[in-house]
Amino acid sequence: MKHKLLIPCLLLLCFTLASAQEGTSPPEDTLLFDSASLPAPVTNLVAEDTDNDHGHAITLEWQTSADDGTGKQSVTMYEVFRWVPDLMTRIPALRDTLDYLKLRTGESWSEPEPGSRTDSIHNVFASLDDAALESKLESLEQTISQAIKGLPAAHATYPEDGEWQQVAVAPAGSATAADVGTKEKDSPDYLPDYSDFYYRVDAVTADPTIRTSSEIFGPVQSYGQWFNTGRLAVSVFVLVFGFFTVFFVYRARRGADLYVRPLAGIEAVDDAIGRATEMGRPILYVMGLGTADQIATIASFTILGRVAKRVAEYQTKLMVPAYEAVVMAVAQEVVKTAYYDAGRPDDYDEDIVFFVTSLQFAYVAAVNGLMLRELPATNVYMGKFFAESLLLAETGAVAGSIQIAGTDEIAQIPFFIVACDYTLIGEELYAASAYLGREPILLGSLKAQDWAKAGVIVLAIAGLILSNLAIANDWSWASAIIDLFRVVD
Amino acid sequence: MKRQIPVVLVGVFGLFMIFQYFVPHESSEWIYEFLLDWTIIIGIFAMALGLWSLYRVSVEKIKTRKPAWGYNYLTLVGLFTMMLFGFTTQNGEAWGWFFPFMVSANLVLVLVIQATVTKDMRGLFLSLTAVFFVVCVLIIIFDDTWGFHFETAEGLRSTMFRAFFDNILIPIFATMFSLLAFFIASAAYRAFRARNVMATLLLLAALIVMLRFNPYFGPVSPYVNKASNWLMNVPNLAAQRAIVIGIGLGIVATSLKVMLGIERGYMGKG
Repeated sequence: MKHKLLIPCLLLLCFTLASAQEGTSPPEDTLLFDSASLPAPVTNLVAEDTDNDHGHAITLEWQTSADDGTGKQSVTMYEVFRWVPDLMTRIPALRDTLDYLKLRTGESWSEPEPGSRTDSIHNVFASLDDAALESKLESLEQTISQAIKGLPAAHATYPEDGEWQQVAVAPAGSATAADVGTKEKDSPDYLPDYSDFYYRVDAVTADPTIRTSSEIFGPVQSYGQWFNTGRLAVSVFVLVFGFFTVFFVYRARRGADLYVRPLAGIEAVDDAIGRATEMGRPILYVMGLGTADQIATIASFTILGRVAKRVAEYQTKLMVPAYEAVVMAVAQEVVKTAYYDAGRPDDYDEDIVFFVTSLQFAYVAAVNGLMLRELPATNVYMGKFFAESLLLAETGAVAGSIQIAGTDEIAQIPFFIVACDYTLIGEELYAASAYLGREPILLGSLKAQDWAKAGVIVLAIAGLILSNLAIANDWSWASAIIDLFRVVD
Repeated sequence: MKRQIPVVLVGVFGLFMIFQYFVPHESSEWIYEFLLDWTIIIGIFAMALGLWSLYRVSVEKIKTRKPAWGYNYLTLVGLFTMMLFGFTTQNGEAWGWFFPFMVSANLVLVLVIQATVTKDMRGLFLSLTAVFFVVCVLIIIFDDTWGFHFETAEGLRSTMFRAFFDNILIPIFATMFSLLAFFIASAAYRAFRARNVMATLLLLAALIVMLRFNPYFGPVSPYVNKASNWLMNVPNLAAQRAIVIGIGLGIVATSLKVMLGIERGYMGKG
């Protein structure tokens, strides 16, 4: 009786299972459609170290899929994958723990938000006392350091103990991508140099699950270069220009007569100092907002030295408000030497050059106040100027001062031209020191500049003609010559 | 020797900086960043010199009763107050004795200045300075509602520092910057007076460009637009590029002169 009941039950079960299988199995034509919808893979994948960089980057090139823009036109993008050893994937988690331990042992520790990542780490270490935490911190730092050192060896274990990770995405139509990491060892994007990397590129369709992988390329290593070939043209120019400079300085030393056209702004300096002496009013020298490492400021130091020497000779008062503390320290030394050279060391006062502030408009307010209170006979603006140029120069004009300006900031030159009596435009600021000194070796460098400018004009005209001819006649050799002058950053 | 060592140092580091531009290798970058760090460190130490200079010049103006000398008190008190705000933060909700501390600290500063600039009552000022200094120390010791933070930038995010910065300094800066509009108008008036042929040409060019960009009347005429674009993109751009090339060459020439020791103006010797 028992068996009689069991047999129909089993039959019923078999029937039910068979029906269920029939219901869930896909029709045969659907399976055929899926396999046919896979895109063609990318081919000829090549990965190599990125050129002209500091390392930590790999450039990949491939031939696009046959279904990218042609064929089934199903490819929407390419995903680049790099094989990453387990060791590398463990490092970010170790760093999270390290950050937590640093926070916990630091002064600004507070309980983490419940459920946060820090809270989950905190639950593991909550019971540890300070000594144990310090010890854990130390050992963890060593572990991370060892792990980073072991990355090249870990990469060499391919394909054991690792996984593929997506490192870049390129839109359809692209045949290149870059895997750019960082040199910072404590960054999650750190990419170790001299490690064996393996890559593959997936051609992906609108449905991301339908994709085809390329063949794997590797090993390839990243490393830094010792010369940036993209800057070859610049290096040649610097060498040629350096040669010109040394040559003309040598000529000047041997007594060659070098003509330099007069600079009205510089010639006016002596008259302006004389005027200030006659009027019994001070001279205000403003060095702008530049820092001591900028060439405009360095040129300004030289002009300040000349002005200060003449001021010392005429026994006029000089005021130099400084925007930056380093500039102030250097300017103090420049003025001090000028007073000594003029034979008036007793007249030197350390407060001739004084610090005002390092905030742009606060500096403007201070200098404008100085102009309106002291009513200087002459204002000299030499150096780097920005939005404050017109605020200063117009106030100086209102105060009735003779104004001489010089800057290499293109946008500020028109303001100075409008508001000042004399303006040194661009490179004239650098030429001023040579012109003021009239020393042959300084004039020699000006001649080198003139020759270089002539060279630039000739090359610009030749480049213009050659470019047009190359485009019109499709001359590849002409394009190659033009490319020699291209600077790639 | 005093002159030769700086020239040699400038030459060596200047040459390195040139090579660094052409060498992208990590080791070259490392030295470059190391040198930049030194620049920052020197800048920080120089800031102390700058503050000392500001204090001395301000005190000198107070001492000699220069025009508007009273503002120098304001400068020094403002500087000192902001420095203190930048180094202090609340430990809880209340400020406790912080404001009496700030007043006492500023009184210490003002009394020190008074003791420096006067001769008659120096003893009185110094005694008062000592009293307020002791008040400051006692508040620091016994009031734990606020504290000093010298190792972190916590103070810069504190309520008082931000309040003074956002509500006083920024509006003042905006005011100074907005003055530029009026200065541009007055400078333009002077520049555009048609005194000679060149000034008249300048005036015409300016009129065309202003008509093109005026925000009220809309486009005046397509010819004005074309003329304005031509003025901006052809003669203006050509002149700007010529100046830029000259500046570039001037920078290279000056750098070479500095590195070769020909130009020594930065050492006070031209």
